[in-house]
Amino acid sequence: MTVTSAETKTQVREQHAAIDCDIHNAMPNDVTFRKYLPTEWHAHHQSNGRRGHVGSGYPRAVPHAARVDSWPPSRLPPGGDLGFMREQLLDYWGFDYGILNCLGGAGGDLNLPYAAALCRAMNDWQVSEWLEPEPRLRASLLVPYEDADLAAAEIARMGDHPGFVQVLLVCRTREPLGHWKYWKMYEAAVRHNLPIGIHFGGAGGGPITGAGWPTHYMEDHAGMSQAFQAQVASYALSGVFDAIPELKVVLIEGGFAWLPPLMWRLDHHWQHIGNGAVPLKRLPSEYIRDHMWLTTQPMEEPAQKAHFAQLLDQLQMNDRLMFATDYPHWDFDAPTTAFPVELDSDLKRAIMADNARNLYSLL
Amino acid sequence: MSELYQSVIDTDIHNTIPSLKTLYPYLQDFWRDYLEESAFVGPDAHDYPAGLPFSARADSKSSDGPPGSQMELVRSNTIDAWKAEIGILTCNYWTTSIHHEDFALALSSAINDWQIDAFLNPEPRFRASLVVPGQNPELAAQEIDRLGGHPGFVQVIVPVRSHTLYGKRHFDPLYEAAVRNNLVVGIHYGGASGHPPTPTGWPVSFLEEYTGMTQLFQSQLLSLITEGAFNRHPDLKVSFIEGGFTWIPSFIWRMDKEWKGLRHELPWLTEPPSAYIHRHLRFTTQPMGAPPDPVHMSQILDQMGSTDLLMFATDYPHHHFDSPREALIKGIEEPLLGKIMAENARNWYALPN
Amino acid sequence: MPRHIVANVDEIPPGERKVLEVDGRSIGVFNVDGEFYAIRNRCPHQGGPVCEGYLTGFLKARIPGEYTYTRQGEILRCPWHGWEFDVKTGQSWIDPKKVRTRSYPAHVSSASAVQSDPDLETGPYIAETYQVSIDSEFVIVEIP
Repeated sequence: MTVTSAETKTQVREQHAAIDCDIHNAMPNDVTFRKYLPTEWHAHHQSNGRRGHVGSGYPRAVPHAARVDSWPPSRLPPGGDLGFMREQLLDYWGFDYGILNCLGGAGGDLNLPYAAALCRAMNDWQVSEWLEPEPRLRASLLVPYEDADLAAAEIARMGDHPGFVQVLLVCRTREPLGHWKYWKMYEAAVRHNLPIGIHFGGAGGGPITGAGWPTHYMEDHAGMSQAFQAQVASYALSGVFDAIPELKVVLIEGGFAWLPPLMWRLDHHWQHIGNGAVPLKRLPSEYIRDHMWLTTQPMEEPAQKAHFAQLLDQLQMNDRLMFATDYPHWDFDAPTTAFPVELDSDLKRAIMADNARNLYSLL
Repeated sequence: MSELYQSVIDTDIHNTIPSLKTLYPYLQDFWRDYLEESAFVGPDAHDYPAGLPFSARADSKSSDGPPGSQMELVRSNTIDAWKAEIGILTCNYWTTSIHHEDFALALSSAINDWQIDAFLNPEPRFRASLVVPGQNPELAAQEIDRLGGHPGFVQVIVPVRSHTLYGKRHFDPLYEAAVRNNLVVGIHYGGASGHPPTPTGWPVSFLEEYTGMTQLFQSQLLSLITEGAFNRHPDLKVSFIEGGFTWIPSFIWRMDKEWKGLRHELPWLTEPPSAYIHRHLRFTTQPMGAPPDPVHMSQILDQMGSTDLLMFATDYPHHHFDSPREALIKGIEEPLLGKIMAENARNWYALPN
Repeated sequence: MPRHIVANVDEIPPGERKVLEVDGRSIGVFNVDGEFYAIRNRCPHQGGPVCEGYLTGFLKARIPGEYTYTRQGEILRCPWHGWEFDVKTGQSWIDPKKVRTRSYPAHVSSASAVQSDPDLETGPYIAETYQVSIDSEFVIVEIP
C-alpha cells in the first residue's frame, strides 16, 4: 500500500512545551540483547530462556498491541527504531522530552537472579542506544521487582545515571504493592531520588479478576483499571507513605476517572472500619494526593463533555496529571486531540509539560 | 422517621440462620450426620469480622443467635423502624463458597425452607432471596425451579466472589431458571472462592479487601456484558447489592470507550455497554462511598445517565449510618428521591403498589 | 465539483488501497472488487490515519458462538483506537449517523474522457504525476 503522512501534521506543534510520559521502546532482536547480557547468563539464556507467569495472555487487537502505522520501514518492531520514533513521535508532535517505559517482562522472570541480569542488560542497552543518542529521551529503570534486594542493587548500580528518571514496575504484581516485601526497593528508589512508575500490564500469577480469568482481550485491557485500584488502595492503607515519606508513585496507563470514587470509599470506610494494625495519620485520599501522580492515557471519554470537567474537579489533582501518548500502542492518545474538552491554558500547560517537568526534574 | 420519605422499600436486609442446628429439620439424615461428624462450622468467610462494630449494629445483637437470625428483631429494626412497605431479605450464607456441590445444594434447600418458615410466613412485608449453590449452575437451577414459584422469593442471590466470572456461558442454566421463574439475580458483596480477591494478590488489611470488593463488582459487570449474558438472556435482571455505585460513571466511560475500539471481538454487543447497564442492572445504595462534597454526589447521580438505577438499602445489620436521616443522599430531591427510596425497587422486583 | 486524477487503475488492484494527498487533504482510495471508493484519511475521533488501518470484514453475532462474517475487505479499522468505518460510505460502525469520515465520489475514466473533461483539475499535479496515454484508465475522485 502507498502511504503518505496523515494530514494531522499541519496542526501538530503545540504553542507551548509538551512532554510524553509514556513511550515504549523495544529491544530489536536477541542478537542485540545478547551484546548487553552478562556472559555468565548466556548459557542459561540459550538453554532455558525466559519464563514468566504463563497463561495470562489474550490475543490483542493488533501485533505487539501496536498501531499498524507504527512499524518502521526498517521492519524492526514498533518502538524498536530510534530514527523512526524520532520522526513519527518526537519530531512530528514536537515533544520536548519523552519518558521511555520499556516493557517486555524482563523484571518479571520467575528466575529472579536471571530477571536481574535481564534488567541489567536492558538498562545498559537503553543507555547506549537510546539515552546517549537522543537527548530528549529519559528512561525508566527496569528492576526485578519481586525481589526487593535485587531490585535495590540495580537501583544502586544505575540510579544516579542522569538519563534514568524513574523505576519501572508493572501493575500486575504477586502481592499488592504496598506490601512490606517491596519496601527495600522503595527505600533504594528514594535514596536516588527516583519515583516508582507502575505501568499497565505484567503478570503476577493470579487472574486479572478476583473471580478467575475472563474470556476476551477487552476484559483484560479494561480490567487493568481494577488492578490499578487495588494497587492504590494497597499503597494508601499499607503505611508505606508514613514509613518512607519521600516515596513518589506514578500510575502509568491506568486512566484516572476511577480514582475519585476510590478515594471516597477509602476515606469513608476508613473512618467507619479503621485499618486494623496499621494506623493511618491522615485520610487515605490525602496520602494519595500527596504521593501519587497519574498519566492521562487512556483518556476517559464521557459522552457528555461537561462530565470531564466535573471529573477534574472531583479528582483535585491538576498538579499530578501528566500527558502520555503510549506510543506506539494502538490506544495511542494524540496530544492535540486526546482531551475531550478544551482545557484552560494554565491547566493545559501543567498537564502537557509542567507537572512532568517538576516530577522528573527536567529542565 | 417515616415522615422523611413517602414510601420505603429496603432492598438489602441480611437474615441468616441462628445456627446450623436450625437446619436439621430441613436436612436429610445423612447430611445431618455429615455436619455433626465433620464439625462443619459454615462456609469460609471473612466478609464481616465479628469484632468490628461495622459488622453488626449494637441493636442487632441477640443472645439467641447472630445478627439477622431473629425475625422479630430484624423486623423491628428494619421495616418497622422505617415504616417500610417491603423489606427484601438477602441471606448471605454463601453455600456457593463450599467446594462440595451436593452438600452446598442440601444446605441451600434447607436454608430456603427455613426462610419460608421463619421469615416469609410470619411477616408478609418480607421478601426473600433464594440461596443457591452458584458454583454448580445445574444444581442451582434445580433449587430455583423447586421454590421459584413461591411468591415470597423475588431474587436468587450469589456472592460476588465466585469461582468463575458470572458472564460465562457456564451460568446459563442458573440464568434460564431465574428468568423462567421471574426472579432477579442478586450479586452480593462477599464470598470466598479461593482466588485472590484482587488482580494483584491478597490484600493485607480487611479495609483493603472490603473496599477492593468494588473492583470485583466491576470485573463481574465487565464479564456479564462482554460475554453477552444479556444477549443470551434478554429478560435477565441483575442487582448489584452492597457494591456501591459512585464508580459507575467512570466505569461506563471506560467501558464504552473500549467497546468502540474492540467491539469487533464482541459482535453481539450492538449497543454501547452503558445501554446494557441501564436496561439490565440495578444497584443498592449502601455502602454509598459518598463524596464529602454533595455537589460531587449530584454530579455522580447525573452522570449515571438514568434515574432508574439506584435502590435504597440499609444493609442491616451492618453499620453504615446512625439514623435514617443520615442515610439520605444529601441533596437529592423528588422525584429522584422517591424513585430511589421505593419506586425503582418496586418496578424491578415487580412488587405491589 | 473539482475532479482529480488520483491513480492509474492498475496501481490499485482489488483489495488494495492508495493513500495520497489531494489539495492538502489526505485521502484513501480503495478498490473493492473493481469498484473504487475514496474517503478522508482522518478519523473523527482523534485524527488518526484511518485509511492506513486494517481492511477487514464485518463480524456479526446474535449471541456468542454464532458468528457470521460478511463484507470482507470493506471495513476499515483505525490504527489508533480501532474505530471501524465502512470504506463505501465513510460511516462508522459505532454511530453511523453521527460519526463518519468524509467519503468522496470516485469512478474510473478513460484517457479520452479525461482529456475532454473541462472540470478536471489538471495543472502541475497531473502533468507531473501521470502520463496520459490513449489506452490508460484513471481513477477520478471528486473533492469539493
